[in-house]
Amino acid sequence: MKLSMKWLADYTQIDTTPQEYADRMTMSGSKVEAIEQPGEEIKKVVVGRVDTIERHEDSDHLWVASVDVGGEAPVQIVTGAQNVRAGDMVPVALHKSRLPGGVKIEKGKIRGVQSEGMLCSLTELQLDVHDYPYADEDGIWIMQEDCSPGDDIVPVIGADDTIVEFEITSNRPDCLSMIGLARESAVTFGTDFNIPPVTVKGGGGDIGEMLAIEIADPELCPRYTARMVKNIKIAPSPKWLRQRLRACGVRPINNIVDITNYVMLEYGQPMHAFDYACLTGDKIIVRTARPGETMNTLDGTARDLTPDMLVIADADKAVGIAGVMGGANSEITEETKFVVFESANFNGVSVRKTASALGMRTDASGRFEKGLDIENTLPAVERACELVERLGAGEVCDGVIDIRAKTIQPATLALEPERINKLLGTAIDDRFMTETLTKLGFTVSGNMVTAPSWRGDVEHYSDLAEEIARFHGYDVIEPTLHGGLSVGEFTAKQQAERSAGKLCRALGFSEIYTYSFIGQTDYDKIGAATDSPLRRSVRILNPLGEDRSLMRTTSLPSMLGALAGNWGHRNLSAKLYELATIYTDKGEQLPEERQILTLGSYGEDGFFDIKGVCEAILREMRVDDLRFRAETDNPSYHPGRAAAVYSGDTRLGVVGQIHPTVAKNYGISRDVFAIELDFTVMLNCHLGEMTYTQVARFPAVTRDIAVVCDKSITAAELTDCIRAAGEKSKILREVKLFDVYAGDQVPPDKKSMAFSLNLRADDRTLVDEDADEVVKAVLAALDEQLGAVIR
Amino acid sequence: MQQKLEQIKSEALAAIQTADTPEGIEALRVKYLGKKGEITSILKQMGGLSAEERPVIGALANEIRTALEDTLAKKDAEIEALVLQQRLIAESLDVTEPGAEIKFGRQHPMSIVLDEVKDIFIGMGFQIAEGPEVELSLYGFDRLNSPITHPSREWTDTFYITEDESVHLRSHTSPVQIRVMEAQKPPLRIISPGRAYRKDEVDASHSPMFHQIEGLVVDRGVTMGDLKGTLNLLASKLFGESTKTRFRPHHFPFTEPSCEVDVQCVVCGGTGCRTCKYEGWLELLGAGMVHPKVLSGCGIDPDVYSGFAFGAGIERMAMLRFGIDDMRLLFENDMRLLGQF
Repeated sequence: MKLSMKWLADYTQIDTTPQEYADRMTMSGSKVEAIEQPGEEIKKVVVGRVDTIERHEDSDHLWVASVDVGGEAPVQIVTGAQNVRAGDMVPVALHKSRLPGGVKIEKGKIRGVQSEGMLCSLTELQLDVHDYPYADEDGIWIMQEDCSPGDDIVPVIGADDTIVEFEITSNRPDCLSMIGLARESAVTFGTDFNIPPVTVKGGGGDIGEMLAIEIADPELCPRYTARMVKNIKIAPSPKWLRQRLRACGVRPINNIVDITNYVMLEYGQPMHAFDYACLTGDKIIVRTARPGETMNTLDGTARDLTPDMLVIADADKAVGIAGVMGGANSEITEETKFVVFESANFNGVSVRKTASALGMRTDASGRFEKGLDIENTLPAVERACELVERLGAGEVCDGVIDIRAKTIQPATLALEPERINKLLGTAIDDRFMTETLTKLGFTVSGNMVTAPSWRGDVEHYSDLAEEIARFHGYDVIEPTLHGGLSVGEFTAKQQAERSAGKLCRALGFSEIYTYSFIGQTDYDKIGAATDSPLRRSVRILNPLGEDRSLMRTTSLPSMLGALAGNWGHRNLSAKLYELATIYTDKGEQLPEERQILTLGSYGEDGFFDIKGVCEAILREMRVDDLRFRAETDNPSYHPGRAAAVYSGDTRLGVVGQIHPTVAKNYGISRDVFAIELDFTVMLNCHLGEMTYTQVARFPAVTRDIAVVCDKSITAAELTDCIRAAGEKSKILREVKLFDVYAGDQVPPDKKSMAFSLNLRADDRTLVDEDADEVVKAVLAALDEQLGAVIR
Repeated sequence: MQQKLEQIKSEALAAIQTADTPEGIEALRVKYLGKKGEITSILKQMGGLSAEERPVIGALANEIRTALEDTLAKKDAEIEALVLQQRLIAESLDVTEPGAEIKFGRQHPMSIVLDEVKDIFIGMGFQIAEGPEVELSLYGFDRLNSPITHPSREWTDTFYITEDESVHLRSHTSPVQIRVMEAQKPPLRIISPGRAYRKDEVDASHSPMFHQIEGLVVDRGVTMGDLKGTLNLLASKLFGESTKTRFRPHHFPFTEPSCEVDVQCVVCGGTGCRTCKYEGWLELLGAGMVHPKVLSGCGIDPDVYSGFAFGAGIERMAMLRFGIDDMRLLFENDMRLLGQF
């Protein structure tokens, strides 16, 4: 909402700087977005009278004018415009002048003739023919204003104003008006506030004989008020009115349209004017649209209406969409002689839905949708009729048709000063409360308060507290800290999240944030089968696009996308992690949300590096009984380089190299690796509290063995076999693979695997025989169970 | 024999003085004092001496042995020091060459800010609550005093999961307030960080998915002064002790009175610049006293309890804190940005 400071003076006298005004209004709840002073941009542009004008000697289109600009001598100015005659009043930009938009004008010679400045068109002053309808659009502005040579142009064009732009919150549609903002200004600055009284002479015959109004849907139209004007003389509005509209960002059109816009800006009540001649049956019916009904709106677009939309109709047809836009069939034209002014109250939700469905939010619908003051329809239409008479735009008919289909009562509630102070933490006295509320239009009677009709947002004592607090000043409320002790602490899971992050970073991985929604093609890219359960995503019904329409069931596409982004930015390597949420539809009303610790890398690592990272994380997170099994059927991973990660028999996730086809889908021509670990499951496999185990008192013995076996036998199988064989001895503490060899020294299809066995007893120092016995048992088991023989 | 011994002594001492390696010293030790060394072989010939000569020669031999041992030890120490000296010289490095590279990963700027905020509130006795992102409209709107007609519920603003609008992607973290108030009784002090979604196209200051941190305090006698004190503390911890704040009246359906909280521009210090659009202030968060309807809707008696709540955008906090001028950068996950933190 734009407010003209000059216009504001009609209601209250605020004597302060624009900045001070803006600051104090912001702090009392009407946030100022911008302050404009259009006149500040214009310097040394004055009114001039053309004394003489002659052809330039060296040009067939330039003119040389001698212009009286109020100085001792006239100035000589060369112009290319063809519409200037001697005696014309014109705007003159003098030497070293400045025009809107920062344009500088200096004297100079044009084809050898001295020019002391420039004659201006409307465009150069950032005006147009809507502001000065008599002006020539293509030529110099030949002014028909009350002004003299030498006058500063700024006040002449009304640019000596300050325009303050407010951000009005949705609960205060009353502040989308000059009167509403003037009231707020007056309470903020402690000045008097009054709305100039409105009087309408009338005399143009009785409305009741010409028009009947029926509200068919009281819920959607609680009140409809109308007056009529005959013998309309469509003409441009006077300058003062055009300038005020322009100041508030509204383009002047003609006197009738301008009056409706002016009243909307002043009272906050949108109005509409119908051409009475276009209404069939002398009747206005406020009804919902009929199935299949259509109408052309004022903007020239054909609209398909639906039965939930409220229309203004005559006996036959819709002539307007209630609260949104009028119909082209009853539009005010140059020929209009007889108009009906509509000033109505429509249901905000209905207007919003209609405007939204038709894709046409208008200034009027934007106001109606917030819920307007039902008491405002009559004063607004009266004001419009007063303006008609003042402008001489027509003869106002006697009488008003004012139908209240529904009553809306403002809230009445108790004023509880003590309770308000307790909520605010203040000691504001009762009198300040009563005075503030009264100035805002509330009625205080005893300890009861009734909200004004324009404050439908006030319902509760806390609403009154806000009214009082914002004029007492939020800034003077003493900051305090609420007493009482409580324990602030992270839950075990929250602590684990933080530890996991630190761990990933210590391992060289950087944290990323990715979108939770993905598209069907993301599942294609990671190689998910068409019937993969991954594709059973929670779907957004109104997504921003298909590629962002599904809540992810896997964090892998997001990670690969981030890696691909880095590859695209020519980063030679990247190591990333995210504790990513996934959303799994389990047939309940809400999906299950789980966190997946996801790591990804390219450029530096091999499989055993990433597996090492996986082991390090799980070890440090104290996950029990870690196991890896080859995962050959995961379509996202290399079939020979991926492992399912288990704690005992509980699957935690997967680690491995991304399938080359999948990597290619993401455009990365390097080996890509990833880890996906279900964070919640991981935490459930926690080893439990840490306890101390006595440091070994007797020395350990190490025995190394190397066996040759089939290539197909895994390290895990061999290790498990060794462990099992040594278990009975109770002295085999650790089995560690330290070398793998395949090549000339062993037969093809075979490999050599070397293990280091750590042996120790708790109660004695081991002798060679103890170790020999274990090694013997181990070798026997390896041979027998796996065909692995000592090398 | 005495003469022989004296000769060995002077010979040996001269040889020791010229030795310059540990090996040389050891060779001399063997040569003169070893089992087959010269002194020993002299002593082996003592059998042929008279009873008078024997003690004299024995004493002399021992004296010489001791002298040689001492000299050898001394020389040995000298050489050891010398060798060490040479080794240190040989081993010296250009210590200005770079150290071995140890690459740590980096924390995302939003996560850095989030951790700080969590720590600040944990320090004030808050707990961290969590709630679902795919949320019931009951919690996301209804109980937050945003009726079915509220504009934020439009399909143009909120992502819906069900046609009947009963399930949506939460458009703020505020539903967690409701979940907490339903599940626990006052006193309550919680914060709840998390993701939220609004149907905004991506640009420099908007993202359809963003992060918020919600705060809620409900107890007997909680005042708007407490709200100010708590949020002032947050601002000063995040942006420095001298940070000024400004509490402006605003409107939210679920708080009354409501406010927006600005901090003095962290770039220009309040004099006006491009970042603060020449206002001198930057909007940090929205807050207010919990609406009585919201309290009673959760079974908390608004005549007994009051509370305040706030919600802040983490993206904005991170951008202000680190001078990041485009929100898109936070979701691009480019190592060239991440590596800076």
